Amino acid sequence: MNPARRQRLILIIVMVTGIAIAVAFALKSFNENLMYFFSTSDVVAGKAPKAALFRLGGMVVKGTVQHPGKGLMVQFKLTDFSKEVTVEYTGILPDLFREGQGIVANGALDARGVFVAEEVLAKHDENYMPPEVKASLKKNMPTETAQ
Amino acid sequence: MKFIPDPIGKFFHRMASPPHFYALAGQMIPWLTGIFLVLLGYGLFAGLYLAPTDYQQGDSYRIIYIHVPSAWMSLFIYIVMALAGAIGLIWRIKLAEIMAISSASVGASFTFIALVTGSLWGKPMWGTWWVWDARLTSELILLFLYLGVMGLYNAIDDKRTASKAVAILALVGVVNIPIIHYSVEWWNTLHQGPTVTKMDKPSIHISMLIPLLTMAVAFKFYYVIAVLQRARLELLQRERTSAWVKKLVMEQSK
Repeated sequence: MNPARRQRLILIIVMVTGIAIAVAFALKSFNENLMYFFSTSDVVAGKAPKAALFRLGGMVVKGTVQHPGKGLMVQFKLTDFSKEVTVEYTGILPDLFREGQGIVANGALDARGVFVAEEVLAKHDENYMPPEVKASLKKNMPTETAQ
Repeated sequence: MKFIPDPIGKFFHRMASPPHFYALAGQMIPWLTGIFLVLLGYGLFAGLYLAPTDYQQGDSYRIIYIHVPSAWMSLFIYIVMALAGAIGLIWRIKLAEIMAISSASVGASFTFIALVTGSLWGKPMWGTWWVWDARLTSELILLFLYLGVMGLYNAIDDKRTASKAVAILALVGVVNIPIIHYSVEWWNTLHQGPTVTKMDKPSIHISMLIPLLTMAVAFKFYYVIAVLQRARLELLQRERTSAWVKKLVMEQSK
């Protein structure tokens, strides 16, 4: 490789590495802002904003979905498998909403510490399988799929 | 220092000669198109008809057969474009410059398809067309990078200078590629984690995975076809004053 070419190669490597390091630092410092939602543990630990809208993500706890009133109001608990937060939502839930499903809700905490959601989005998982396979999985490993 | 053995070096020299490349690419395109159509036909049939429905999403998940291969292509083509750009910068090979710029519009199209199909998938499943989470936002930035590359290239009249500028922009943007890939692992996102491209076993049933991989290979062939066609055109435009193009035109017009 002739010297001019080698110099250009080194220059490019230095440039790309330099940018990568700069971006890595920038992303690290904005880490909090890049999180799309807060976890339920964050909320219980008081890290979430008190009087402002924020997004809360977690898994709908099995057996906690209730309809206390006559209308569309629905109440359920969200968990990240360590802490739980109660959520209230009035409106139509997405098709994928069900117990044990991951969701992201946009809303705010009220005085009772209940998260009042204005919008609920379903977060689907990365697993794809035919219904029969799911059924046989459930039969063979009841503990793993029960979460 | 010499890390490229002579026969390989000679092969690349011959390949990089414009008339040779123009003729060879022209011969390859029909074959590649044939393979592409077979793969696409099988992939679509298997994905839309043979593959079973999903346990959660029913038939809606079938958009995966367009969405995921397009998203993979958007990243893959960007890497190819940046590498070709770097080769053009270092070795000043004209053909590498042409490959880089010819890749840009194909990559931009795949990025656009990935964004649109993702949006169409997001509405019924997530309940929204678009959210500003890390995955979706970084993929949108990728589209802007592609458009930036195309715009910059067209803004500079001297195409050798334009190629250098474009290569630097493409190399700067490379930092976005790992961000897109790992965004779903580094941050909380609405977009789910990787299904296939991870160290672990793919979390998709084999009967759904095979059509997906077939489509991915088909899209790769499509990219090669599209980039060769664009490269041939770009080559003719750049070399329009050279002897071999004049000879070619004379032969064609007979």
